[in-house]
Amino acid sequence: MNWIAVTSIYKFEMARFFRTMTQSFVSPVLSTSLYFVVFGAAIGSRIQEVEGISYGAFIVPGLIMLSVITQSISNASFGIYFPKFIGTVFELLSAPISFIEIVLGYVGAAATKALFIGVIILITAFFFVDITIVHPFWMVLFLVLTCVSFALFGFILGIWAGNFEQLQLVPLLIITPLVFLGGSFYSISMLPPVWQVISHFNPVVYLISGFRWSFFGAADVPIVTSLFAIAGFTALCLAVIWWIFRTGWRIRQ
Amino acid sequence: MPDIVEIHNLRKAYSDGFEALKGVSLNIKKGEILALLGPNGAGKTTLISTVCGITTSTSGSVKVGGHDTLTDYRAARAMIGLVPQEINLEPFEKVISTVRFSRGLFGKPKDDAALEKILRQLSLWDKKDSQIRALSGGMKRRVLIAKALAHEPRVLFLDEPTAGVDVELRRDMWEIVAGLKADGVTIILTTHYIEEAEAIADRIGVIAHGELLLVEDKDKLMARMGKKQLVVQLTKPVDALPDILVSDAVTLSADRTKLIYTYDTRAERTGITKLLSDVATAGLVLSDLETSQSSLEEIFVGLVKEDAA
Repeated sequence: MNWIAVTSIYKFEMARFFRTMTQSFVSPVLSTSLYFVVFGAAIGSRIQEVEGISYGAFIVPGLIMLSVITQSISNASFGIYFPKFIGTVFELLSAPISFIEIVLGYVGAAATKALFIGVIILITAFFFVDITIVHPFWMVLFLVLTCVSFALFGFILGIWAGNFEQLQLVPLLIITPLVFLGGSFYSISMLPPVWQVISHFNPVVYLISGFRWSFFGAADVPIVTSLFAIAGFTALCLAVIWWIFRTGWRIRQ
Repeated sequence: MPDIVEIHNLRKAYSDGFEALKGVSLNIKKGEILALLGPNGAGKTTLISTVCGITTSTSGSVKVGGHDTLTDYRAARAMIGLVPQEINLEPFEKVISTVRFSRGLFGKPKDDAALEKILRQLSLWDKKDSQIRALSGGMKRRVLIAKALAHEPRVLFLDEPTAGVDVELRRDMWEIVAGLKADGVTIILTTHYIEEAEAIADRIGVIAHGELLLVEDKDKLMARMGKKQLVVQLTKPVDALPDILVSDAVTLSADRTKLIYTYDTRAERTGITKLLSDVATAGLVLSDLETSQSSLEEIFVGLVKEDAA
């Protein structure tokens, strides 16, 4: 393992993140605050408690997941797409490093950034609502796994994308709807029966449900199912990355 | 001592069937400057990219410092630096951070003293904290070289280092290359400027249509193929060559006022004395003499044409 190379990529990517501190830090805080004002205060005051939890607190896990998933994907996909776009990818390909090390560096940095933003949102949430985290260990585990698995997914997206449009398209058309319909702002049990069934085909439901369980001890789906879902998604992404590594797809001619 | 780069029967066919390299074999000696000369699309960049690991070969093998570039790619690539043809740089990065990144990427521990030496050598030290987008085109090219040198490679590939560069910068580039050679770095550069190969290379390889047409010491190549011509300007046009002057080496110009004599500078006798006495014997009066030597350019054009024929 060329650990110096891995840390070089990691540090380089993190430096970009901290250089754009306003964008990286202020925007998630601001958007989260807006969500709390709109959903928590304005609308939430008219909604009764959901599963025994105040609506403002109920949406916190979903809000964190929403940002973390979006950020993991966009950071990782941009991180690897940008060198492809401006041509600096030649350096990665000619360096004495393996694909695994490239993935570790980029995905590691993207996941760290997303985790960082997730934590900021959680801290921001404490200013608006009362939350107690029932299962802190599981909360951290879910959060980290989500960051890593969606960063892996974003990395694949970045390798696949041939232009900026494609880079934006997948998050916009697939991920955002899945996350919004995944129970970020509501419990699946609030839906009509038909939609409850359909929701079970949405993988994000399992993530948000599991993550919410770690906060409040209540979940839409069994916690084991949630764990299997996230582990399965991670495994799938790893398999695709392994295949890219074997074939050099879209990277090496 | 084995050669530092050994390329054996390297082939590269793209998925659309285009054969960019048709079995190239080439050995590069330690410490030399090899210029690969060829028209656009000849396969120069493909050859370099394949050696450096950016593209994969269809068949054949490459060894750098005795390490196979596929099975022992870490050791092989650690020895190689690559300066690409295009200016591929991150515009918002600082010079020093991008150079530091390159060093780390090649697995070398942080060494700011080594980077300072490289940046000073390339007159970039003053610009180390500048963003790349603020630099001129020439400076950006230097940054590319600095990045390629950041891990102290033993073999440096320069892919058209002076394409689209002004004359002054080109001379600077040649000086930089000469300086690297003095440090013991083996340099392979591609170019389609023949004067460049003539000015700095020790050996010259000519590539066209994916094949290596020849590799030879520059001086030998020039001498072997470098014919010299003597042009004898006559005061009056002649109807035909006088019998005494008729030979394979002498031709009459179209306006019939010049005799053109081709000879080999390395031959024991050039035959000039005899030619001039024959001119006098034939009763011709000459007004001027002029000699010219064929340049690498003519040799090159001749070779590529021959290949196409």
